Amino acid sequence: MLSNLGNFLLFGSIFITLSIIYFAYQNIKEKNIQIEKNLVYLSFFQITFIITSFLLLIFAFVFSDFSLIAVYQNSHTAKPIFYKIAGVWGNHEGSLLLWVNIMVIFSFLFFLFNYKFNKSYSLYTLLVQNILILGFLVFLISNSNPFFKILPIPLEGLGLNPILQDPALAIHPPLLYLGFVGSSIYFSAAMAAILSNIYGKNFASSIKVWVLISWSFQSLGIIVGSIWAYYELGWGGFWFWDPVENASLIPWFCMTALAHSVLVLEKRNYLYNWVLILSIITFISSVTGTFLVRSGILNSVHTFANDPARGMYILIFLSLMIFFSFVIFFKRKIYDNFYLEPVSKETFILSNNWFMMFYLATVLIGTIYPIFTQVLYDTKISVGPPFYNSVIAPIIIPFLIMMAIGPKIRWIKQKYNDFKSVILILILSCAMNFLIFSFFKSYDLLSNLIIISSLFLIIHSIKDFIINSKTKSYYNLPSFLSHTGFGILMLFIILNHNFSKEYDLNIKVGETKKIDNIEIKFQDLKIKKRENYNAIVGNFNIIDIKKNYQRNLNPEIRIYDNPQTLTFESAIKTNLKQDLYLTMSNIDGSDFYNVKFQIKPFMLWIWFAAFLTASGGLLRTFLKK
Amino acid sequence: MKISFLKIISISLVAFAIIVFFLALNVDKRYSTEKIVGKSVDNFEILFLNNDEMFKKQDLTNDKYHLINIWASWCLPCKKEHPILMNLKKENNLKIVGINFKDKKLNANNFLRELGNPYDFSLSDKDGTKSILFGVYGVPESILIDNNHKIISKFIGPLNFKDYEDILQLLNEK
Repeated sequence: MLSNLGNFLLFGSIFITLSIIYFAYQNIKEKNIQIEKNLVYLSFFQITFIITSFLLLIFAFVFSDFSLIAVYQNSHTAKPIFYKIAGVWGNHEGSLLLWVNIMVIFSFLFFLFNYKFNKSYSLYTLLVQNILILGFLVFLISNSNPFFKILPIPLEGLGLNPILQDPALAIHPPLLYLGFVGSSIYFSAAMAAILSNIYGKNFASSIKVWVLISWSFQSLGIIVGSIWAYYELGWGGFWFWDPVENASLIPWFCMTALAHSVLVLEKRNYLYNWVLILSIITFISSVTGTFLVRSGILNSVHTFANDPARGMYILIFLSLMIFFSFVIFFKRKIYDNFYLEPVSKETFILSNNWFMMFYLATVLIGTIYPIFTQVLYDTKISVGPPFYNSVIAPIIIPFLIMMAIGPKIRWIKQKYNDFKSVILILILSCAMNFLIFSFFKSYDLLSNLIIISSLFLIIHSIKDFIINSKTKSYYNLPSFLSHTGFGILMLFIILNHNFSKEYDLNIKVGETKKIDNIEIKFQDLKIKKRENYNAIVGNFNIIDIKKNYQRNLNPEIRIYDNPQTLTFESAIKTNLKQDLYLTMSNIDGSDFYNVKFQIKPFMLWIWFAAFLTASGGLLRTFLKK
Repeated sequence: MKISFLKIISISLVAFAIIVFFLALNVDKRYSTEKIVGKSVDNFEILFLNNDEMFKKQDLTNDKYHLINIWASWCLPCKKEHPILMNLKKENNLKIVGINFKDKKLNANNFLRELGNPYDFSLSDKDGTKSILFGVYGVPESILIDNNHKIISKFIGPLNFKDYEDILQLLNEK
């Protein structure tokens, strides 16, 4: 019953999408300047159908309708309601339906906002976006149908993987999707801009807000994912340079570059081609990322039920998308002529783009290189953190400096005469670095330089902001927040990187072990019964002899029933200065427990700074001039 | 028509990437442990534990069987299987390759000094990336390779007496 209704809605959506494509095409050919009313109605039906189908799937998960395979495989009656809902996008089929939903919502809203703007531009955007929607709808129905039936109907579901049963992870996919699926709309708009020959400035102002929205959500999605990895995976780190993390980072670099260069286009009508290219590759990189994750050609913590047919479909779709966007783009025979003054806002923004492209190339090569070596040489290699850290870290330094000076430079041309304050701030940053250095003791030259340049960025931004706020104009607030946030982020990541401590030991109940100044006492073990799992809770007492404090930490080993899984929950005590992080795991056939105790300085600041950076984008979206 | 250099470069790069992706779809994923048995060993290069030289696939000589044992000083079950490795050391047609997994060099050498060194070759996989090649889930694990570089058996967890007998039987079949 539910399955039939769901399938009806999906087929209905396909039919409507086809009609939109047809009518939009007809409408473009007609001479009148009006957009036909029926396209608005059709779009409205489309969004209604697709959202209803999504709600229907949520309904099926909430009421545990196991006649659907997707529900049977990913849910269980004994699950808390929150995780029943999160289960909707915790699997390939449901997440793809969410994907299509976001594409349709963005399409509808973009159409609504630009309805009166320029007929052929709006229609072409609608047309291209609906071709993309059609592609994903066909994919959804042909081999990832969330409304697929199972007979006989099972009485109980298999349950959601316990490590996915987590609040941060429940919101991580929707946030990330709003980011990189959202980028589809400016892909379509870029195609439309070329086809309808629209003026660059107008194109820039019509996509600007969408770029900002997707950038903000992409950032939030990445942050929430890192937070989850930090406390759930029990490893103590928050960024692994895992291929799938990289897959979310690559579109983020494009979006960051785009969010900046679109300003140049809007203001100066420069870089039109470049903005078009960025708009196109943002979505292409999003789909490429999806391909890498869903096809299973990369191994990582994000495993979906892999099926080569899916990989094949996405890859064909991706190839077609790249092919047609290239053809359309190369047909455009207009070349940008521009002259940029070395000291102007345009130049600085362009320098941001160069940095972004450098990071993008690094991460892209690191991510796909192992695939290439495997296919071409049959050699397995893995590209790990040392590669990324050593290539990316040094280039952070000039990036931070440019980021500090850029926002204050004026458009077009400026005689730069602010050397005095720059040198003052530089001296101040060096002095502060010296203080930090003498407080913490040694770290290497590179860390010194990064700390100095991030302090430079922070102080410079604050100074600019204070001077600016005298004029009572708060238009610069978002970029101030993002830039300062990024400076703080880099500062604390480097400090954290240098001063994290890790102790690894095997210990029995009742034992006390002492390493350096830390005394770790394993007091007792308790077994506790919780709502949907049993837990073995360890009680550890950590005493720092030198600093004279003590903390209790209670890590858990959880035993879930459906599906039967063991998970290891870390115990974390957070304060402004540092996190104490402890995980324990049992060792088969012995009384010993393997305990990993870590001291991670400034974790709270890292999260705070990351949110601050993302908040700038959101604020700019809603802040009017 | 003017053919732009940039166009050709970008198109061919993208086309190349897509072709590789297509090929990659058909490469079977040998990370799973069941599949690894029966396959021949991929090329590898792993650093020695106590010097800076590399041990390569070619160093697995053709006249002997090899047992690759993945271990760490912090791993208690590795202590448990240690006597069995010491016994296997006595076999003439078997060479034992120990890969020290995510460990400190000092601790590893102390471990071998205390309990005896069963390994003909001691290698080091400091960050755990090289052992992926052998489909390793955790430590200890052991992989038996025949004289044609084919993986003939895999032991997850500490070797016990039964595994010991199995290995002897496999060696004598030769």
